[in-house]
Amino acid sequence: MNRQAQSAVLFVLGAALLHAGLTDLYLRYVKAGLRPLVLAAGVVLIATALATAWYEWRHKDHGEGPGEGHGEGHVHREPRVSWLLVLPLFALILVAPPALGSYSAMRTGTALQQAYGYQKLPADGPLRLGLADYAGRAVYEHGRGLAGRQITITGFAALDRSGAPYLVRMALNCCAADAQPVKVGLTGQVPPVLKPDGWLQVTGTYTAKRTKDSVNGGPIPYLQVTRAEPVPTPHDPYDETWNN
Amino acid sequence: MSVTKAPPPTRDTGEDPRPAPRAEAGRRLNSPLVLTLLMLLVVLCQGPIRGALGAPVMQSWMTVFVAVLVQALPFLVLGVLLSAAIAVFVPPSFFARALPKNPALAVPVAGVAGAVLPGCECASVPVAGALVRRGVTPAAALAFLLSAPAINPIVLTATAVAFPRDPEMVVARLVASLLVACAMGWLWLRLGRTDLLKPPARHAYEGQGRGAAFWGSVRHDVMHAGGFLVVGAMAAATLKSVVPQAWLRTAAENPVIAVLALAALAVVLSICSEADAFVAASLTQFSLTARLTFLVVGPMIDLKLFAMQTGTFGRAFALRFAPATLALAIVVSVLTGWVML
Repeated sequence: MNRQAQSAVLFVLGAALLHAGLTDLYLRYVKAGLRPLVLAAGVVLIATALATAWYEWRHKDHGEGPGEGHGEGHVHREPRVSWLLVLPLFALILVAPPALGSYSAMRTGTALQQAYGYQKLPADGPLRLGLADYAGRAVYEHGRGLAGRQITITGFAALDRSGAPYLVRMALNCCAADAQPVKVGLTGQVPPVLKPDGWLQVTGTYTAKRTKDSVNGGPIPYLQVTRAEPVPTPHDPYDETWNN
Repeated sequence: MSVTKAPPPTRDTGEDPRPAPRAEAGRRLNSPLVLTLLMLLVVLCQGPIRGALGAPVMQSWMTVFVAVLVQALPFLVLGVLLSAAIAVFVPPSFFARALPKNPALAVPVAGVAGAVLPGCECASVPVAGALVRRGVTPAAALAFLLSAPAINPIVLTATAVAFPRDPEMVVARLVASLLVACAMGWLWLRLGRTDLLKPPARHAYEGQGRGAAFWGSVRHDVMHAGGFLVVGAMAAATLKSVVPQAWLRTAAENPVIAVLALAALAVVLSICSEADAFVAASLTQFSLTARLTFLVVGPMIDLKLFAMQTGTFGRAFALRFAPATLALAIVVSVLTGWVML
């Protein structure tokens, strides 16, 4: 790859990172806290591309021997492996793959862990909880303060091999490579047809029913569903509460 | 090949001049043209390509692939900037003064100095490469390469957060990582041969302004290490989305297999050292010693690092250095785990 092509690849790569960082696209892949770094990397890559192009141009302009791209004298070729940098460009710009969904969730065991402590819930009225928060309280607090309350949680639908429905949220520490699911089983008035990966807002009540994850034996609590309605994919598809 | 360029070429370690006949054949299709054609082709075939990538396995693979890159590129860029700054603005005499004359002493000093590079392993490879080119004894640069990603404050804090009930894990990680880094440095002093390292390129900044040299170095390192980073990301994505996780469960039952399995997992997963503690914490079915092995091996040697080391230091070096590091890291982790955990 000669300098002009390198400059082009660097520029597009930087632009792709900027694009991902300036929209919500980056949230599909990394934690929200990485945003400034992603943007800075995009700026540096674009600066490198411009600097490369500028020195290339000046170099030619001053007539210090033929520049590159003229047939002879390509002393500065990068190894072929540099061509691979084109792959993430296509992946990020043309395909922009979605956040991890039910496929990854069902092949990984639930990652539910006991939190340091659980914040006190408001004394009465309907509750709106994070999915991992509900699961943690249901399993490790034995549903203390949850019984008899109307509870609303949000996540995407996933079906295991036997077709049993779960509501899942992927929890993330750094990037999607370390994302792990937290699962809540659905029972009661579950919609007859569930589309895997479809986001749902589910309202229901606590139930003591439990099961073990078939992948790692982790605990999966249940929610007795009374109502389920489709919602758009949230702004940040991952649960990042474990970062703090 | 040397006929045309008037000024000396930049420090292009990996840019082997192509043998003339092959180069001539390659010339006709020059790379900007190939790049443009490739882009056009992909844009035109967007529909079919998306269709082919619609399967859940492919989608999940792509997501992890892109995620590893988006997450690692900022750190790679940071390391590359730092290494370019070292290469261009820091005079070689600085390191001669900063490090002890005796190489055997320089190794632990460089190992401890790794604590000041805040970043993950993607940043440390280019920096270590720049140190070697700046005349630092390779043994000390290697100790720095191995210790920096594991013992910097960000990584240790993440480890403490991930293991709230086992604070000794942080100390064990620090001790084991430093031990391995120093041991590898001393081992290199004893057994290493300079001809294994890719020869540092000629000093090439004469005849160029500092700006040109700096940006030339940044461009070269991003293209080079970035290409290898893509290889590593592909491997990690394949493991995460294709290999069944249930295999892990069987492995955890035997203590010896558990340690070896997590060491192997650290190598193939290629997770950033700032995140690996959280993954280790989630592998609850494994013993603490096995998880310590995961934390010590991961920042020192994994597929992505191996690919990047091959690019920076040469294949002959990486093929010997990586297995030795792996073996030593496993042994030291088991011993440390036995004593401390």
